[in-house]
Amino acid sequence: MPDGSYERPQQRQFNPYSENGGTILAIAGADFSVIAGDTRQSEGYSIQTRYAPKVFRLTERAVLAVNGFAADGNMFVKKVKQRLEWYRHAHAKDMPLRAIARLIQTMLYAQRFFPYYVYNILGGIEEDGTPSHVSHTALVRAHARAHAHARALTHSASALGTGAVYSFDPVGSYEREACRAAGAAQSLVQPFLDNQIYFKNQTPAPGTNHPTHLPLPDVLSIVIDSFTSATERHIEVGDGLEIYVVLAKGRSTQELASIGGLQELSTRAEGDRMFVIRRDLKKD
Amino acid sequence: MFRNTYDSDNVVFSPQGRLHQVEYASEAVKQGSAVVGLRSKTHSILLALKRSLGELAAYQQKMHRIDDHVGIAIAGLTSDARVLSNFMRQQAMGSRMQFNRPIPVNRLVSSIADKAQVNTQEYGRRPYGVGFLVIGQDKNGPHLYEFSPSGNSYEYYAMSIGARSQSAKTYLEKHYESFVDCTLEDLIRHGLHALRETLQQDKELTINNTTIGIVGPVGAHENQLLAEGSFRILEGEPIQVYLNTMQPKRAPEEPVVPAQTDNVGEEEGPTHGATADEDVQMGE
Repeated sequence: MPDGSYERPQQRQFNPYSENGGTILAIAGADFSVIAGDTRQSEGYSIQTRYAPKVFRLTERAVLAVNGFAADGNMFVKKVKQRLEWYRHAHAKDMPLRAIARLIQTMLYAQRFFPYYVYNILGGIEEDGTPSHVSHTALVRAHARAHAHARALTHSASALGTGAVYSFDPVGSYEREACRAAGAAQSLVQPFLDNQIYFKNQTPAPGTNHPTHLPLPDVLSIVIDSFTSATERHIEVGDGLEIYVVLAKGRSTQELASIGGLQELSTRAEGDRMFVIRRDLKKD
Repeated sequence: MFRNTYDSDNVVFSPQGRLHQVEYASEAVKQGSAVVGLRSKTHSILLALKRSLGELAAYQQKMHRIDDHVGIAIAGLTSDARVLSNFMRQQAMGSRMQFNRPIPVNRLVSSIADKAQVNTQEYGRRPYGVGFLVIGQDKNGPHLYEFSPSGNSYEYYAMSIGARSQSAKTYLEKHYESFVDCTLEDLIRHGLHALRETLQQDKELTINNTTIGIVGPVGAHENQLLAEGSFRILEGEPIQVYLNTMQPKRAPEEPVVPAQTDNVGEEEGPTHGATADEDVQMGE
């Protein structure tokens, strides 16, 4: 035993995984997607670094956030990017978002017996002309009303350039959703999102309905509030916040005009646009 | 004289110290339609003449992107070209993964040269039947390389390979000293003139049979904001503006006499006639 006595047999073993903390979050809008993650990387009670990105741009319109074991997360992103490059060589265009989601599943399941210890969230803009099928929870909400706003949901055959979020478990089980939080503060953030995005446990004022999709400034406020609150109560969350905003082609960028410290990542003004917003979070 | 006795195996030298199988492989390159490459202080470009099997067929793809900073144009057996360009892509991606930097162009060209050399020395393997012109950019500026089935690779200021390429080389030799300070548009104009020299009497360069590959900063006629001058391929409507800058064709000069003795000959003889442009199925 550590004190030198001999109470029981001991074994040492190499543990291939470790937990690096942090939290990620993605929300899909009607014609945009928001994917965010804090930048703190920790192990136990120590901070390894205050700035280690967890959210990565894959294509003009796809963003991947990875959380769990950082070494696996970083390597997984590199391998996904390589597969996307092969796709580009073969087809001279970017891989559609739903295909990237399926690719991530097959890549994760291929390691079923020595998994990537990573919770992935893929967000971005789906290609034109796709029916936007969403998860059951959102469906129930949609059927609860008959409104013009419902056009953007399940019944429309061509939901041009819709925002989409796909979430994965470490061995590749995945689902498309309207929003998802993962990581250390998942249990703090996801219930908040269920209430604010899906309007769970909330009844609308008589004669009105909950909006189908929230506008971008509201979504950004929800994201920032999620992270500042998580930072308050969870030791592994803090230091910095990176928010990736992907806008569908043709959507106005007016709502982002007032935001300071915005960085554009897109290369063409006529295509889908991508921006990064960086903010500080408390360092304690 | 005794060519037939020494040309069955690639591992047998002729009494003159030649490897006839390797030389025959170079013939396959000469059967392919012409490709021209040239460079300035800022850009490297490739121009290729696409051949089609007939009115109903599409034109053969002559250019491939290898990485953001490297592109190739091919002449010869397209199936061999596909295999080698896939290998180059693997090398480029692997180098990026391992060393976190784009592969130096000379290293990439050496890797396929070494691979091709193996096929000239191992018993039972046939040499690759395709030649490349490779353009790329690294910290030393723009580059142009020729790769041949013999496994030789060499850097050039300007070069041409394929059918009737000698005519293009003559043009390039006359003008190459002015290339260094050319603008992108002037460089393309020179390249188009060189490529035009390889055409048969009644043919002309059109947006359908011409491909242009460019590496270097974005030109005046390009409206895409690319990442720092990545390799791009221009085909169809976008190249009309460059074709318009060509000087009208002068009276045809004397046909170039094929120099090598053992060649089938770059000029088609009177017996071939119209069939010379219809290639063997494998070739292009």
